[in-house]
Amino acid sequence: MAADVRLCLTPFDPALEQAQFARAHPQAGGVVSFLGQVRQDGEVQALELQHYAPLTLPGMQALGDATLARWPLDGLLILHRSGVMVPGDPIVLVAAAARHRRDAFAAADYAMDHLKSESWFWKREQRGGEWRWIEPRAEDHADKARWAN
Amino acid sequence: MSAKLVFLGRLADLAGASELDVPGGALQDILATLPAPLALALLDERVRFALNGELVGERALVLGDGDELAFLPPVSGG
Repeated sequence: MAADVRLCLTPFDPALEQAQFARAHPQAGGVVSFLGQVRQDGEVQALELQHYAPLTLPGMQALGDATLARWPLDGLLILHRSGVMVPGDPIVLVAAAARHRRDAFAAADYAMDHLKSESWFWKREQRGGEWRWIEPRAEDHADKARWAN
Repeated sequence: MSAKLVFLGRLADLAGASELDVPGGALQDILATLPAPLALALLDERVRFALNGELVGERALVLGDGDELAFLPPVSGG
C-alpha cells in the first residue's frame, strides 16, 4: 500500500478529503487526522508557501514511505498546499488509518513533526502590506527530535 | 553554454529573481560575478545545494551546460 501524497497548488477541502479517506479504509478501526490552517491573528493578511518542485513532492513521498514502514497502517494521507493563502485556509492535512487508534495517532504525529521540520517549503507572511520571510522555529526541530529518526 | 541558478525563500528576494542564467564553469568563478551580499548569503553554511534535483554536499562544483543548481535556505514550512 502506498501513501496518498499530494502537493496542492490550489485550495483543497479538508472535510471532503477526510471523509473520502475514512470511507476508503473501512477495515481501519481508527482514523486520526490533523488539519493545519492559516492562523487568524488580526495582523497577518496572507501567507505564502514556496516549494521547489524537484525536491518537495519526492521528499513528502519519502516521508509517507517512512511513516508506513514504522506503523502498521491501513492508509496514510498527506496533503500540503503551496502558494498564497489567507487566514482560515487549510495548509496541511495528514490522516492515518489503522486497526488500532494508537498507531494512527502516532503515525499522524510523526508525519506532522517531520513535515514541519524537514519538508522543502519556505514560508512568508504579509503584514501591513509587507512580506516577511519566516525563519525556522527551534520548536519544530525539538518536536522532530522526539523521534529517533 | 549556460547553467541555471535557482534561489529559494529569502535568497530570491536578495537576488531580485528566483532564477538566473549564468555561463557554465566553476561555481566559485560564477559566484564572483554576483553582488557580494548575494554571494555571501549563498555560501552561508546553513544553505543546502541541490544539483539537478539532487542534494549535494560538495560545494566545489563545476556547472556545465543545462545544469540547474538550487540554493536552499533553512526550511520554515508547514
